[in-house]
Amino acid sequence: MAGICSYGGYVPRYRMNRGLVVGAMAWINPIIMMYAAGEKAVANFDEDPITMGMAAGVDALTGKDLSSVEGVYFASTTMPYIERQNAAIIALAMNLNENIRSADYGGSLKAGTTALLSAIEGVESKRINNIVVTAAETRQGRPGSPQEIIFGDAAAAFLVGDTDVIAELKGSYSVTYDFPDHIRGANTKYDRQWEDRWCRDLGYVDFIMESINGLLDKYSMKLEDFSKVIYACSNAGGRKKTSGKLGVTPEQDQPNLQDQIGEAGAAQPLVMLAQALETAEPGDKLLVVGYGSGCDALYFEVTENIKNYKPAKGISGCLANKAALDNYTKFLVWRDSLEGEIGLRGEVTDYSALSALWRKRKQIMGMWGTKCTACNSPQYPPQRICANPECRAIDQTEPYRFADKTGTIASFTNDMLAATLDPPAIYARVEFDGGGRNMLDITDCSPEEVAQGTKLTMTFRRKYHDKQRDIIGYCWKGVPVKEVA
Amino acid sequence: MADGIKDKVAILGMGCTRFGERWECSGEDLAIEAYKECLEDAGIAQKEIQACYMGSCYDEVGIGKSAVHLANALKLPHVPVTRLENYCATATEALRAASYAVAAGAYDMVLAIGTEKLKDTGFPGLPTGGGGTDTLLANPDATGPGMFAQLAPAYCKKYGIEMPKVKEAMAHISVKSHANGSMNPKAHLRRPVTMEQVLNSPIIADPLGLFDCCGVSDGAAAAIVTTPEIAKSLKPNQDIVTVKAIQISVASGQETTFAWDGANLITNQTAAKKAYEEAGIKDPRTEISMMEVHDCFSITEFVIMEDLFISPFGKAYDDIMDGFYDLDGKVPCQVDGGLKCFGHPIGASGLRMVYAVYEQLLDRIPEERKVKNMELGLTHNLGGEPAKGVVSVSIFGRL
Repeated sequence: MAGICSYGGYVPRYRMNRGLVVGAMAWINPIIMMYAAGEKAVANFDEDPITMGMAAGVDALTGKDLSSVEGVYFASTTMPYIERQNAAIIALAMNLNENIRSADYGGSLKAGTTALLSAIEGVESKRINNIVVTAAETRQGRPGSPQEIIFGDAAAAFLVGDTDVIAELKGSYSVTYDFPDHIRGANTKYDRQWEDRWCRDLGYVDFIMESINGLLDKYSMKLEDFSKVIYACSNAGGRKKTSGKLGVTPEQDQPNLQDQIGEAGAAQPLVMLAQALETAEPGDKLLVVGYGSGCDALYFEVTENIKNYKPAKGISGCLANKAALDNYTKFLVWRDSLEGEIGLRGEVTDYSALSALWRKRKQIMGMWGTKCTACNSPQYPPQRICANPECRAIDQTEPYRFADKTGTIASFTNDMLAATLDPPAIYARVEFDGGGRNMLDITDCSPEEVAQGTKLTMTFRRKYHDKQRDIIGYCWKGVPVKEVA
Repeated sequence: MADGIKDKVAILGMGCTRFGERWECSGEDLAIEAYKECLEDAGIAQKEIQACYMGSCYDEVGIGKSAVHLANALKLPHVPVTRLENYCATATEALRAASYAVAAGAYDMVLAIGTEKLKDTGFPGLPTGGGGTDTLLANPDATGPGMFAQLAPAYCKKYGIEMPKVKEAMAHISVKSHANGSMNPKAHLRRPVTMEQVLNSPIIADPLGLFDCCGVSDGAAAAIVTTPEIAKSLKPNQDIVTVKAIQISVASGQETTFAWDGANLITNQTAAKKAYEEAGIKDPRTEISMMEVHDCFSITEFVIMEDLFISPFGKAYDDIMDGFYDLDGKVPCQVDGGLKCFGHPIGASGLRMVYAVYEQLLDRIPEERKVKNMELGLTHNLGGEPAKGVVSVSIFGRL
């Protein structure tokens, strides 16, 4: 039977105390003081749903055979591209096969659960197997709005297949309504929400209950049959009311991580499901609900395989790796809500040669180099003539991937002159374990965390955003390996 | 077997503008200023110039691509004019091409000129771009100081020297160049500085502070080259300055992609070896009278002192702090102020260095800036980044 074979997560390293938002913005909208508790996860200046969804996918596929993957489904309502498939970028960066199916799922916050359902049902059809489902979100509220303070950035991913399944899909029930509680046009940046009491009572409460009750009726079950009830609802009142009406016990209630991450839109139910699986036991029944323009309710049963499954980082691992973003205006600049001055140097944007990007896609998006087959030395970027002065073999190479290698900082600088949204720009000469070297941007760290000898892993990030043409460039950077307790 | 360029070409005349923020001048204006001085010095008429090699690096903000714009500005009379670009060695490339044209016997009166208008970008530091597709799409948007700054930690690690000690020598380098530049009316930065000022200057790219970085300047420099025989016939009563060596070494990809210690430059060393061989120099530490090297940043000058085989490897600190490279030292370095203070209009810098050596060889220097026992002068450019660069080493003396 088809279901979830593995899971992974990604939460950006930076977390912002909500008190910072309140302190800066409550003067214009005092109601946000109601949401002051806890912290929200904030994507770094070089992260977006593509990079986060990719990172969650890599986490989910740890130890899995990449070549067996036949599809990638990406869910988000904050995809960087409207045209140029976001899932295809993720597939390229993850180094998945090219003969695969890909799709972007958007338009509704239930896109994450719908993508997961579609993938599992695809596998059940026997016409496709091993689909990566990844969901990531960076929703934005206008500065001073409740949404700004409630929303948080996160991603979760699953490998869906029919072998070594850890959680089988036993059933589902969906309802669809054109319920316009949250609206964002194609060219609109910030979430627009109708009166929250209406959203709460007619939206969350009614639809979540309708989908859950519909599922229980369909399969002749009772809520107490489920060990976990997993549903996203950032409205604390709505959540309390819904759980109360349904009779969800505290043990069944999977935490929505509002105090640690925030509302992560289409990724939210998947983030919660990924975390629930971390502690799930064989036989556990999980009820997962995705909300938005109606609801999807999914019913999973955990299998014996979960005993043998070891996740990589998972949501809990990501939550443990954190650093405070102690500056609200930095958050605003990173999200382009406040235009920060980075000097005339920062205004220079060269034209992206898209035909060159296509030609070099493996090098740039997948961090592929070459290995000289004559002298066995790995080299990045790809070389046709070996860079070893004792070798110089011509066209005797094989592809060699650096994205999954670790490296060490040989030398570095913290550059205050370079135009960046996160000064100083940190870049370093990196020597890769196993051979090869390159100069790389270093991210997710402060200058104090960088030294000669610092160990790095590779991470897929934004390199630039050409605002004039709305082209986002991606590249690979180094990130210092952190000791996480 | 080729026997090199030594004494096959003479410098008949030179010109060099005042370097600096020349807001009132275009790249063409600067070129005309250097050309005018050069013509007067050579004592020839414009129509006698048979060919021209011009250098400019940043065509984006300068005088444009190709040689046409400069040929038009100088009204060169339908002679071959070629634009050359090779990062910071651009002007040296122009001189190399002009020298080869004369040595080959193709022409006997050739103009080499370099000009650069940097101060039309609107921001400090060098213009951005120029790294090619890979830089645009994937590599760090590294700046000049950021790329060269990385020499310092690598040097410390290689020789087991503490950073404060290296910083001290770097500061001495800048203090020395400011002292020299302060005496030079054509220099961009003319204020002496103290060790404390240098060491306490704001950080640009760690560990480089503001006073570890050279000036970004506008300027132009020019030379007219001919055969030694013609030079002697035109100037029977003065010394004739000849080219002893011009060598270029370009990074092979080994440094960026295969193996490199990140501290001392293979390009510097290979160019120096070839130049010493061409000029017949056995012991540069005792034979070279003065040097104008590529001190884009103080740490660059620091490692160059070893790469040119003047200071032993790992020992530049001792020579620098001993005053070996000061104006009254054994091998004065950056006598005219260097890139640090004379300034650094990329496409003109190579010829500006030659101008400094030329004036010393012809004894046209005021007493306070004069190099004692002047016999051989060395110029050195290092363009690009340390791991992916272009180095020139040239040597000049009297016939």
